[in-house]
Amino acid sequence: MSAFLALLKRDLVLSYRQGIDAWVVVLFFLAAGILFPFAIGPEPNALMRVSTGVVLSMAALAALLSLDRLYQGDFEDGSLDLMALGPLPLELAALAKALAHWLSTGLPLLVAAPLLALMLNAPTGSYGPMLLALALATPALSLLGGLGAALTLGSRRGGILLTLLILPLYVPVLIFAAGTISRSLLAEGNPTGALLLLGGVDFGLLAITPWATAAALRQALR
Amino acid sequence: MTGLSLDNIALERGERRIASGISARVAGGEALLLQGPNGSGKSTLLRVLAGLMPAAEGTVAWDGADVARDREAHRARLTYLGHQDALKAGLTALENLQFWASFSGGSATAALKAFGLEKLADRPARTLSAGQKRRLALSRLALSEAPLWLLDEPVTALDTEARAAFVALLKRHLGAGRLAIIATHEPLAVEARVLQLGELRKAGGA
Repeated sequence: MSAFLALLKRDLVLSYRQGIDAWVVVLFFLAAGILFPFAIGPEPNALMRVSTGVVLSMAALAALLSLDRLYQGDFEDGSLDLMALGPLPLELAALAKALAHWLSTGLPLLVAAPLLALMLNAPTGSYGPMLLALALATPALSLLGGLGAALTLGSRRGGILLTLLILPLYVPVLIFAAGTISRSLLAEGNPTGALLLLGGVDFGLLAITPWATAAALRQALR
Repeated sequence: MTGLSLDNIALERGERRIASGISARVAGGEALLLQGPNGSGKSTLLRVLAGLMPAAEGTVAWDGADVARDREAHRARLTYLGHQDALKAGLTALENLQFWASFSGGSATAALKAFGLEKLADRPARTLSAGQKRRLALSRLALSEAPLWLLDEPVTALDTEARAAFVALLKRHLGAGRLAIIATHEPLAVEARVLQLGELRKAGGA
């Protein structure tokens, strides 16, 4: 457990000291989001209709930004070799790295989301469900992203490959997150089903991705 | 008696066979130096011995038991030092070592002292010279109680003082009845057998 916490702490400290990752992710999220009013016009109702969808889509794209470096640094400087030989199972190391990714990018996105929603004139009642959906969706994005980063480790143009590999896998997460918000906004809508599905995706990924990621990392180290 | 044996090992990099027929035995208290030209398979052999990659052929055994049967036990008995330093530029020297100490146990402060790095403890690794980084990487060995050291070019970029500190640590390790397998181009002031790897090795060494 101490090695798990040490790895989590190390990645968070590095992310904080580099200071770039979280800010770049949040700035990209906001900057890309505010392009939409320019593209579709400032008509409030038009913006309102797409606002939460834009927030979710931009969060998914922003979470991709720092993924290609998730394992690259450890791979290049030899740390990954030592982790693979250490007492902490590589599956738990993958989980620690995904958790650090979520804390350093998913959480800041969660904090910045209401600001983008405000700029996009999102319906007042959508903020709570949107944050709830994002709170459940962003861990899934980090777990899937970690798997993608491990699968493309060491390959040339890994960043592009990673994006092409992971974006389709983000689709179910976005569908369930959007379903949560839209059902909450209906007069007699009940978002429980969509929320449960989103939670189910999280638990499913939690059960599968650490093992798949560890297998991909071992393959990359050969 | 504790020992590592290599039986008819063949190595491949990608699809290309780079060495074959490597056999050797290293007993407790002994060091084996892997020597040979660039590309002869020294680093690959160390990675095979560590279990980071499989041998194309042959077996590696610890006390006669194939290490592939219990990878976890094998990992627990070895310390691996690759030719990269496994340091994070954004962490201080002490933080880097504390991180690895959480994996291996041991005192990071004492390990820094073993290589005379205590004055650099609070310096970010990015500000260290290549030699200082190598000393910091080597100080992980002072954390280790593992019976088997696998070291890839450990003395590269080291000055005379650091080299002496490494040799002293290595002698203490061997003196305790433990083993070391070291890939190196440079002579080390320790009694050791040499396994010469060629372009494509056909015959056993030690």
